[in-house]
Amino acid sequence: MSFVVGLLAIGALALIFGLILGFAAIKFKVESDPIVEQIDEILPQTQCGQCGYPGCRPYAEAIANGDEINKCPPGGEATIKKLADLMGVEAKPLDSAHGEESVKKVAVIREDECIGCTKCIQACPVDAILGAAKQMHTVIEHECTGCDLCVEPCPVDCIDMVEVETKPETWQWNLDSVKQNIYKADTIPVKVVE
Amino acid sequence: MQDIKQFVESGQIARFPGGIHPPERKQPASEQPLSRVPYAAELILPLRQHIGLSGQCTVAVGERVLKGQPLTDAALHQGLPLHAPTSGTVKAIEQRPMSHASGLPEQAIIISPDGEDEWRERHPLVDYQQHDKAELLDIIQAAGVAGLGGAGFPTSQKLAQQKPVSYLIINGVECEPYICADDRLMREYAQAIVLGMRILAYITGADTTLLAIEDNKPEAIESMRVAIAEYDDIELRVVPTKYPSGGEKQLIQLLTGHEVPSKQLPIEMGIIMQNVGTAFAVKEAVIDDKPLIERVVTLTGECIEHPGNVWAPLGTPVDALLDYAGFKPEKDQRVIMGGPMMGFTLPITAVPVVKTTNCILVPSKQELPPPGDEMACIRCGACAEVCPASLQPQQLQWLAKAKDYPALEENNLFDCIECGACAFVCPSEIPLVHYYRQAKSQIRNQAREQAKAELAKQRFEARQARLEREKEERLERHRKAAEARKQMQQQQAEEAPQQEASHDGKSSAVAAAIARAKAKKAAQEGGNAAAEQPTGSQPEEKSKKSAAVAAAIERAKAKKAAQQAASESEAGADRSAGSEASDEATAQPRPAQDKSAAVAAAIARAKKKKQARDQEDKQ
Repeated sequence: MSFVVGLLAIGALALIFGLILGFAAIKFKVESDPIVEQIDEILPQTQCGQCGYPGCRPYAEAIANGDEINKCPPGGEATIKKLADLMGVEAKPLDSAHGEESVKKVAVIREDECIGCTKCIQACPVDAILGAAKQMHTVIEHECTGCDLCVEPCPVDCIDMVEVETKPETWQWNLDSVKQNIYKADTIPVKVVE
Repeated sequence: MQDIKQFVESGQIARFPGGIHPPERKQPASEQPLSRVPYAAELILPLRQHIGLSGQCTVAVGERVLKGQPLTDAALHQGLPLHAPTSGTVKAIEQRPMSHASGLPEQAIIISPDGEDEWRERHPLVDYQQHDKAELLDIIQAAGVAGLGGAGFPTSQKLAQQKPVSYLIINGVECEPYICADDRLMREYAQAIVLGMRILAYITGADTTLLAIEDNKPEAIESMRVAIAEYDDIELRVVPTKYPSGGEKQLIQLLTGHEVPSKQLPIEMGIIMQNVGTAFAVKEAVIDDKPLIERVVTLTGECIEHPGNVWAPLGTPVDALLDYAGFKPEKDQRVIMGGPMMGFTLPITAVPVVKTTNCILVPSKQELPPPGDEMACIRCGACAEVCPASLQPQQLQWLAKAKDYPALEENNLFDCIECGACAFVCPSEIPLVHYYRQAKSQIRNQAREQAKAELAKQRFEARQARLEREKEERLERHRKAAEARKQMQQQQAEEAPQQEASHDGKSSAVAAAIARAKAKKAAQEGGNAAAEQPTGSQPEEKSKKSAAVAAAIERAKAKKAAQQAASESEAGADRSAGSEASDEATAQPRPAQDKSAAVAAAIARAKKKKQARDQEDKQ
C-alpha cells in the first residue's frame, strides 16, 4: 500500500513541477540566446566575413552552437582570449586558414579612377561608401571597418587598403618605434678630404 | 567641508603618502635673471597645444600678421585660440613634428618674424572689477590662456565651472628637479602674479586664496610675502620640499588634510588650483590685453654653457633656444622636454616651445645617466612606499605586462599621476611609468575601438534591416504587378465578346459590300431581265424586294461598322502618337549609352592592365 502512495506522491509532484516548468518556459521565454549577444559584443564588428559567416552576428551564433573561436583575424589574439574566457574553453592560436592578424586598415578610393559602378557600395556591410550610379564614390573613413569586401568587386581596381595613421591621441608610447634622430655630435657633417 | 575649513584655518600642513627627495639641482639656472630670447628665423605654432579640439585656422599663407593677432578661431569653449607671437608673415601652414615623445607630425602655422614686433590694437582694462565674471572669462578664453603648470587645460573652462568655490590655491611649489621657471617668475613679477591671483579670486568667488611655495625657494617666498602683505584673504603656505608636492591632488592633501577622491575633481571639494604662471598670464590677458604668446622656460643641464630662465616666444624651435644658451652636445646627447621625472626625450630638436613647455633639460651622461637595462622585479616594495597615490606599482607593472586591462582598471591605474617616483627608486631599473603610459593608451584605444565596433554593428544592422525592407517592398511590388496583370487579363476576357462583335461588324461590312455588289448586279440583271421581260413573274418581284431589303439592312450595318472602325482608328492614331513620344524619350539616353561605352572601354583597359600586371608578376 505504502508503495502505491509513494508512487502517487512522486507522480503528483512530477506533474506539478512539470506544469510549473512548462508554464515558465512559455511565460519567461527569452527572445534570443543571451550568449549570442555577449559573443557579438566581443567580436570586432568589421563584418568582413573572413570567418566564413556573413557578418559578426552569424559567427556569434555559430560559436554559441559550438564552432571554433579562432576564426576572427580582425579581432586577433585579444578577441580569442576574451571569447575563451566567456565560453570557458582553452584559447587557441588564430586559425590561419581564415587570414592573418594585421594592422588596422581603411579603404580609400582613388577618386579620379572611379567609374561609378556602385559595386563597392553594394558590397560594403556597414554602408560606409557614398556615391551614386555614374558618380564618383568615396569611403567615409570614420565608418570604414577595414573589412576588405569592397576591393574585390571593383572592376577598375581603384580601391586601396591603407593602414590607419597613428595620431598623437592613438600613439602607444612604444618608444622603441620612435625614430631617434636627435641632435648628435657625431652626425654633424664633416668634410672628408680625399 | 567643515573639516577642510577647520584644517585650513589652523594653518597646518598635512602630509601625503610616499614621495621622494631627488637631488634638486635648481641652483645654476635659478640664480640668473630672466632674459628674452630673440625671435627665431621661423616660429612653429602647432594648431593644437592643449587638451581639446584644435581651432580653425583663420590666416592664409603669405598673409602679414601682427603681434597678438589670433591665428585660429576656437569653437566656443571647445578649445583655445592661438596668437601670433610677433609681427611677420605666414610662411607656411603644414605638418611639422610636434613637441611630444612620439615626434608625430601635426598641422602647424609657420611664421617668419619681420623684426618690427608691431602690436595689433590693444584695449587694456583699467579696473577689472567693473566687468562681470562672464566678460573676464571671455577675455581669458580669447587670450588663449592654458594651465601653464602641466597638462595645459584651458583656464577659462576650469574657471567656468558652476560650483561654489571656497578655496583658490595658487601653486608655486614647482617640485621637480632642475625646473625653476615659476621660482624666477615669482622673484621678478610678484606684483603681477598677485594681481592675477586677485582676478582669479574675483572670477571664482573664492573666500580665501592660498599661495603654496616649497621651502627650497626662500627668495621667491620673501618676494611673494611682500607682495601679498596688503591682502588679508591671501595666505602664504610654505610646504616642505618633497617630490611630488606640486601635483594638484598632493598639494590639496598637504593644504587641506583631505585626499581628493578617486575619479573626482578638486572642484567637488570646493577647490580650484592654478599655477603661478597661469595667474601671471591671466593678469597679462585681462589688464594688458596681451594674449598668451610667450612663457618662461628653464634652460638647464650640464651640456649648456649659460643655464638660466628665458622668456621664450611660443613657437621658438628648441634648436634656437639651445643655440641661445650655448649648447655643447656630447655624443648621443639627449634633449629632454620637461623635467627629469616627468619629461620626455625629444626625438627631434626641431620642435617648438608650446604652451606647456616649462623646461629644456640637456644633461651630460655623468649628471643623468641614461637608463640601464631593465631587470626582473625583485618584489622589494620600494615603489609602493613612495607612491603618492597609494597605488601598488609592482602589481600594476605585472598586470600591464600581462595586458590584463580590466584588472588594471580595478587597481586604479587611472589614479596614477605618472610622477615617476616608483621608477626613481626601483633597484631593478624598471621603467614603470612607461608601462603605465602604454597601458593607459591601450585602454583608451580599446574604449575607442569598442565605440567604433558598436557603431559598425548599428550600421550593419541598419543595413540588414534596409535590405530586408527593400526585398519585401520588391516582393510586394511584384505581387501587385501580378495582380494588376491578372485583372487586366480578366477585363480583356470580358471585353473579348464585344471585340468579336466589332470584328463581325467589319466582316459584315465586307459581306454587305459583297451583298450590295451582288444585289446591284442582280438588279442590273433584273433590270435587264425586266427590260427583256417587262411583265416579270411574281416570285422574281418578291425576290427582288427581299434582296433590296437585305441590301438596305446590309448598308445600315456597314455604316455602323464603318463608324466603329473610324473611332477605333482614331484611338489607334492616339496610341501610335504615344509610342512616337516614347521613341523620343528613348532617343535621349543615347549619349548616356555613349558614356557607358566609354566606361566599358575603361573597364576593358583596366582589365588588360591587370592581366599585364598579373603576367609580369608571374614572370
